[in-house]
Amino acid sequence: MGILEDLYQEIILTRYKTPKRRGTLENPTRTAGGKNPSCGDQLELFVALDGDRITAVRYQGEGCAISQASADLMAEAVEGKTVEEARRLAERFKAMVVEGAPPAPELGDLAALSGVAKLPSRVKCATLAWHALEEALS
Amino acid sequence: MDPRELRRDFPLLEAQPDLVFLDSAASAQKPRAVTEALTRFYETAYANVHRGSYPLSEAATEAFEDARRTLAEFLGTPDPEEVVFVRNATEGLNLLAHSLSERFLGPGDLVVVTEMEHHANLVPWQQAARRKGARIRAVPITDEGRLDPAAFERLLAEEPRIVALTHMSNVLGTVNPVADLAERARAAGAIVVVDGAQGAPHLPVNVRALGADFYATSGHKMLGPTGASALWGRRALWEELPPFLTGGGMIERVTIEESTFAPPPTRFEAGTPPFAEAVGLAAAARYLAAVGMENVWRHDRALVERALAALAEVPDLKVFGPTGPDRGGVVSFVFPGVHAHDLATFLAQKGVAVRSGHHCAQPLHRRLGVAATARASFYLYNTEEEVDRLAEALREARRFFATWIE
Repeated sequence: MGILEDLYQEIILTRYKTPKRRGTLENPTRTAGGKNPSCGDQLELFVALDGDRITAVRYQGEGCAISQASADLMAEAVEGKTVEEARRLAERFKAMVVEGAPPAPELGDLAALSGVAKLPSRVKCATLAWHALEEALS
Repeated sequence: MDPRELRRDFPLLEAQPDLVFLDSAASAQKPRAVTEALTRFYETAYANVHRGSYPLSEAATEAFEDARRTLAEFLGTPDPEEVVFVRNATEGLNLLAHSLSERFLGPGDLVVVTEMEHHANLVPWQQAARRKGARIRAVPITDEGRLDPAAFERLLAEEPRIVALTHMSNVLGTVNPVADLAERARAAGAIVVVDGAQGAPHLPVNVRALGADFYATSGHKMLGPTGASALWGRRALWEELPPFLTGGGMIERVTIEESTFAPPPTRFEAGTPPFAEAVGLAAAARYLAAVGMENVWRHDRALVERALAALAEVPDLKVFGPTGPDRGGVVSFVFPGVHAHDLATFLAQKGVAVRSGHHCAQPLHRRLGVAATARASFYLYNTEEEVDRLAEALREARRFFATWIE
């Protein structure tokens, strides 16, 4: 597969065009914002917690396919996880897209974003939502 | 002028013949004449300028002042002391916003900008207006991407103290009729500041003929090194302005309590100035003058006309900016439903280097109704073949992103 086919897999397009977790929460336990000022991408994250467990995640904002698909897949992936598990997942995800580590099995569909590691200018698109998540959980 | 011949002067382009470099509006590649002037100066004539009473420092000072004369000539002023060296256009515009507002701006006063300004010619005025309790208003653009002349007149009727506008839009490629607008603004009593970051590299500029009061340029966009740019202003106004940055070099007499300041241009060049970079910038100005700015502009025009015609044939592609003789070599575009970053990544994989994002012009993008655009920009070393490669890559992009397009 070429870099482009690797980067823009079907699941990225699907999540960009028909997101599953896009939206807001009425009474979020935590919120956080993320911005890439250089490119204008922005994201607002809403997290509902039940004790230590993440019960729902939604996001709003605008950005490229990479940033939006990453946010959508992330929101879905961390629902049901504990805060600690979500933080660990964020570490695994960043290892994959920042350092180019092979996708950890628990990343599941998020492995589709591994191609980003080859494109330094796009790494911050993929990590935008994850930084917001870490801020929300901190 | 033959771009294929000129390309031989640009080592990076020679070394990467397959690269289609269409990002000169962000920063231009450097001809050997510039890098060699820098190296020669550092290796044979380097010492800090001013006040060194040894021959090397005197020679460096002379080289720096010679660079000032070269840039003055390039910009069309007979008075080299009207040229202040700053780092970049942003610093130049910050200097003006600070010093002009200190001297001329008070509560309730009006500063007029335009909707197509780069943040560098907007944010410093906002800050100045906030400090002084002044108001800021923008001349809107028409749907074609030109300044609305009626709105400009209405704002002039409010007697602005300062009118700050760009010579050429870095997103739309629109060349504003600065001579006409400056004349009317000055007649209304305003001081006219022109952002020439895109103008000076691409258009024949004669600041006296343009009739503005200040003209900020960006050295690295006009083939020069990073770190040195010429900021032109009328001598009479420079004389009246307080300094921006203060410290060494720009003073006359200093006591513990207070200081008096040197006359311009020294008053505005605090600290060790970028004199080596200024020497490199002078080499760039000489290179451009030898090619001829009329030729550079004609070449840009030919490429942008070719690009606009070719891009109009790409289905679904939305292209921004006016058509006509007032359109410079910048083309911004999107496929609806495909984010500009994704499009730029695609083009990069095809060897075409463009920029994507808001290009430091968020209010303009808001007006255009898009968060981001992809932008191709042309310069004297670009060829018709490269324009065709851009168009071909965009046709491929449309096939690749076919199901994304809305």
